[in-house]
Amino acid sequence: MGLLGELGATLASFLRTLGSMAIFLGRLIAYTPAGLMRFRLVVHQVHNTGALSLVIIMLSGFFVGMVLALQGFDLLARFNSENVLGGATALALIKELGPVITALLFAGRAGTALASEIGLMKATDQLSAMEMMAVDPMRRVVLPRFLGGIIAMPLLVAVFTAIGIFGAWTIGVALMGVDPGVFWSQMQSLVSMDDVREGIFKSVVFGVTASLVAVYEGYTAWPTAEGVGRATTRTVVITAVAVLILDYMITAALL
Amino acid sequence: MQQTRTVELGTGLFVFLGLAALFFLTTQTTGSGMGRVETYSVTARFDNIGGLTGRAPVTMAGVTIGRVEKIALDPDRLDAVVTLKIDRRFDQIPEDSEASILTAGLLGGNYIGIGAGGSMDALRDGDEIYITQSALVLESLISRFLFSQSEDQSDEDND
Repeated sequence: MGLLGELGATLASFLRTLGSMAIFLGRLIAYTPAGLMRFRLVVHQVHNTGALSLVIIMLSGFFVGMVLALQGFDLLARFNSENVLGGATALALIKELGPVITALLFAGRAGTALASEIGLMKATDQLSAMEMMAVDPMRRVVLPRFLGGIIAMPLLVAVFTAIGIFGAWTIGVALMGVDPGVFWSQMQSLVSMDDVREGIFKSVVFGVTASLVAVYEGYTAWPTAEGVGRATTRTVVITAVAVLILDYMITAALL
Repeated sequence: MQQTRTVELGTGLFVFLGLAALFFLTTQTTGSGMGRVETYSVTARFDNIGGLTGRAPVTMAGVTIGRVEKIALDPDRLDAVVTLKIDRRFDQIPEDSEASILTAGLLGGNYIGIGAGGSMDALRDGDEIYITQSALVLESLISRFLFSQSEDQSDEDND
């Protein structure tokens, strides 16, 4: 009975979190038109979540592209088809690795920052102070961060993927000696516009997911040091799991 | 003030880089060749298309001149109707040209090769290529080979 009861409680709390997150998202969407009018706040958050994540995204993208080319070359060389290396790495980066790894890095770099920032604002009563001044913290604090994340994410994914392809080029063409012309032409014949569109669609969905989880966890954190810490951890864990599950569902739906 | 300008500069740089990367992905990595190129469509009927798929290349003398747009089964004649989209630049293809389904390499994908005919009239949009050659299906090839082997065998037995 104890085990069953615990299971039920876990399920109930999961559903409650899901439900309150959906309501939270609904409120954010309802405020969005008004939030876009105060665009300066959003720009500031695009800087915080996007521009400041640029270095880690570029570095990771380059190395992911390089290791992909290295592994891909090793595998393809066994079938004497090194020539498709460009297309294989580009497809993997555009459709899967670009959006997913960027979302995971985004959760670690920007999501935690958002959650702890909002959580700390709550813990130090800054949010209540705003409410007392008749400023809605949802619109003034949460919404710009949410929108900034959504704008930043697809751009980060694009940068990651493009740099990754150059990383693959560095290994494949410059190091392993794949013909540069074949590398690009194979890529262009394998990758279609639909693949790029799928990647962009995923990046938008992951951007909404990662930003929503981060601001939700920050906003609903217990206003204590421990609570803020938990909110940061939960942000990373929930984002990672949600992104991976969503990734599978989108891929299965589009394939 | 100074800080705001740094933020704006950083954001501008980031957005610019992101859009440049997006532009690179959409134009350089994809097969944009037939994207906005003017094309015309012709159809061809095959008894068997083998492993031919949509977007497979259409070539003439080895040069890609178009792509397979649609593959459908004619419910009355029970053969495959393949619609080809060919680049407008190549509008001098004789109307009695032959379309055959070929395979790139031993395990490569199928594509359509067009062999030039001798007619003075060129294929127009909506025309049909009448002379076609179906895909070589390995299984039927093997069974034909086995049959001819066994016939040879029985001929020898009768002698």
